[in-house]
Amino acid sequence: MPHDHHDHSDDTQGLSPSGHPYKPDQDHKLTRWQAMEIAMRELLIEKGIVTAAEITATVEQMDRRSPADGAKVVARAWVDPAFKARLLQNGTEAIREIGVEPGVLKLIAVENTPEVHNVVVCTLCSCYPRNLLGLPPDWYKQRAYRSRVVKTPRKVLAEFGLELPDTVQVRVHDSTADMRYLVLPARPEGTDKLDETALAALVSRDAMIGVATARHP
Amino acid sequence: METDKIHRWHDMGGQPAGDINREEHDFALWEKRVDALQVLTSSKGYFTVDGLRRVLEDMGEDAFETMTYYERWVQSVNQNLLEAGVYTIAELAERMEQVQSRGETYGECAGSGE
Repeated sequence: MPHDHHDHSDDTQGLSPSGHPYKPDQDHKLTRWQAMEIAMRELLIEKGIVTAAEITATVEQMDRRSPADGAKVVARAWVDPAFKARLLQNGTEAIREIGVEPGVLKLIAVENTPEVHNVVVCTLCSCYPRNLLGLPPDWYKQRAYRSRVVKTPRKVLAEFGLELPDTVQVRVHDSTADMRYLVLPARPEGTDKLDETALAALVSRDAMIGVATARHP
Repeated sequence: METDKIHRWHDMGGQPAGDINREEHDFALWEKRVDALQVLTSSKGYFTVDGLRRVLEDMGEDAFETMTYYERWVQSVNQNLLEAGVYTIAELAERMEQVQSRGETYGECAGSGE
């Protein structure tokens, strides 16, 4: 697939005119779209719409967000039944409690149980709980996942290495522009003695999208 | 491939499709900046997520297959900002030409950055 993929394997370690190495993505030939980004950014700054500091801060915030934030939510729900109840009742308010700013979007947490497995998609575009998981992986935005997971979810999950018995019901949740889903994976067996930090380390991004389960310690 | 005239191209749930390519890439700085410009200008009220999606969806299936995610996004953010009157198409064209004359690579043309 040509889209959503950048090959950085041929990067060279060139130096900028000031003698500093370029970041790996900066030494390819400038594309029309990159030129558009630079031009847009400069015009927005000159016209006082945004500041350079705001852009830097937004990129930094993007870099800071990671699935670790979502994993903290999951671990808290595993150790604190009252929090879990609040999370399932009103995800948007519950994540505020542990310091994640929900923004304007509604968050719905869906719980995996021995009977039910949940998996999340955005068939229309790429809606994703970025504030809990960071930016979505490429496959989440591509045609194959978006088209197929709603029709043959068990087969798609098997391709991700998750074979579910027929006794488990699979629920596929389709995100919208106004609300996001987080899968609350089942707590693995044999984790009674682990603290919240150790539990969070068992929770991967894929487990919170629903294409995997939480790791066993 | 079944023909389905009811759904627009982007409404792809349930449509036939190939294998999932699970390869992932780190986002380049220019891609993150496009994302940041979208977040900032929409949060300041210049357009909505619906405006972003309208342009993306109107680009059609061909753009989806031939352009990368943030290539499509930069075009959509730009179109929305033009429509909001933030800058004119002439200003953009002039600036893009100037940017392209600065050098060969993103690093050279993006200036010192922040």
